Amino acid sequence: MPDIVGTPILEAPVAEGAKDQHMVLNMGPQHPSTHGVLRLVLEIDGEIVVRLYPEIGYLHTGIEKTCEAKFYQQVIPLTDRIDYLGPMANNLCYCLAVEKLLELEIPERAVWIRVLLTELTRLNSHLIWLGTHAMDIGALTVFLYTFREREEILRMFEMVSGQRMMTSYFRIGGLAMEPPLGLLERIQAFIKTFPEKIDEYSNLLTGNPIFFRRLKGVGHLSKEDAISLGVTGPVARASGIDFDNRRDAPYSSYEKFQFNVPVSTDCDVWARYLLRLEEMRQSVRIIQQALDGMPGGPVKANAPKIVLPDREAMKTQMESLIHHFKIVTEGFAVPAGEVFQCIESGHGTMGYYVVSDGTAKPWRVHMRYPGFATLQALEVMCKGRLLADVVAVIGSIDIVLGEIDR
Amino acid sequence: MADAQTKALAGKAAVLEGMPDHPAVKALLAWKAEGLADARFDRGELTLTVDKDDIVPALRALQAGGYDFFEDMTAVDWYPSVPRFQLSYHILSHGYRDRIRLRAMVDEADPAVESITSIWQGANYFEREVFDLFGIRFARHPNLRRILLPDDWKGHPLRKDYPVEGYR
Repeated sequence: MPDIVGTPILEAPVAEGAKDQHMVLNMGPQHPSTHGVLRLVLEIDGEIVVRLYPEIGYLHTGIEKTCEAKFYQQVIPLTDRIDYLGPMANNLCYCLAVEKLLELEIPERAVWIRVLLTELTRLNSHLIWLGTHAMDIGALTVFLYTFREREEILRMFEMVSGQRMMTSYFRIGGLAMEPPLGLLERIQAFIKTFPEKIDEYSNLLTGNPIFFRRLKGVGHLSKEDAISLGVTGPVARASGIDFDNRRDAPYSSYEKFQFNVPVSTDCDVWARYLLRLEEMRQSVRIIQQALDGMPGGPVKANAPKIVLPDREAMKTQMESLIHHFKIVTEGFAVPAGEVFQCIESGHGTMGYYVVSDGTAKPWRVHMRYPGFATLQALEVMCKGRLLADVVAVIGSIDIVLGEIDR
Repeated sequence: MADAQTKALAGKAAVLEGMPDHPAVKALLAWKAEGLADARFDRGELTLTVDKDDIVPALRALQAGGYDFFEDMTAVDWYPSVPRFQLSYHILSHGYRDRIRLRAMVDEADPAVESITSIWQGANYFEREVFDLFGIRFARHPNLRRILLPDDWKGHPLRKDYPVEGYR
């Protein structure tokens, strides 16, 4: 085996023969348009980006290692903190993976409420993207509008789980509890006016000549590059890859819903902007269908050794008390095996690879998050373009450092 | 694709008999019939095991067979079992709308395999992560440095003999 090639970061970027004209610029980790703690080392020739090197790991907390020391049900609150703008999507992906290992059937009502809330999560994630992306470009107003709607979504999350951001509402085997009365009506009221709100954002931005010229033709990513670099989600679909896990690898009963998957072949930042706006409209359609067809019944699977009993049953029935005690103190054993469960999060393909050795703690939990792969495409998209375009491109890949560093 | 088959199949012989028309199985057999060391179909997921020196040719064969998208790769530490490490590659086919897992076992003594960045550039960060957290090296990788941890970090935290709370 040949030796390992590695370059120390600070000596590296200046290209051979260009040491006099080129300059190395450090962007981040404390920079508002890097959306967290992304650090970019840029080699620039005047204002043209020659090379770009993302340096990550500032938010690394070793969540994958921590998971190995927890019971299966204790991992759920950790997952919230990874992609902190899409908490329910994290919960869903982890729960689906463990349920696949357990081969557990989930009641229909729980599945539908999961769909409903994950689509609200997608709206939440896209609203933050839109607000911050526009703010990076200089359109400050939109931020206030999108946060108005996001606030309402966070209040609904608070209704169901008691938490605005770190919800931990989904459980292995269903949901933590029946959602409170009035939730569905509140979501209905929100959904009724939301398409008008999307028009409102669109009116502020789509016809805006400054916004258009900052975005159009910037950050070109060809379909071949997108496939080679492992790019997924809206960025991939804006480069012509017609793939959405919800439609093409359905999970959590998405095959029962009618929606379109927008695809564009323009490959630029502008296409990603339009595509995400359309995705929000499609999410509204899914939420409406979920509300219309919401089935009744329980929200927890009938699996007393896995799902915690109701409080009432626990206090009145000996057997429930024993199950409760066992689950809390010893966890539950999961049959040995390995699964890789993917879902479509707001940013792309989120996958949980869970390996069980037959005990109550996972042997290995690996999270595949879309941002980690998409970040590699940043250099391809920025090379040879102006420094100011880097900011537009970072905004368009909707970066969340929590999911990259884990 | 996988919907047609719901029963679990364990072992190479069972998979070859039970799903001979699966495009991934066909692609690997066309490449090298004895290259497939083991196979398993479990919980709707197909796992194909190859020798660690065959990872790159096997993935090239799968790529030619329609599995065009590299989705994920990671390692599992089976300490104290021998061989110690398992590498798992998850490959998606946009055409067949199907995912498969390619598996290879790596010894502790010289944990090194060939990098797959020559097939999919996107494997770059994933291999760096495995190098960083497991200490498995990838030959012919363009820039094999630590990615999540600082450059002067000691040890590889996702190994099972590394304490959860770290060294104090």
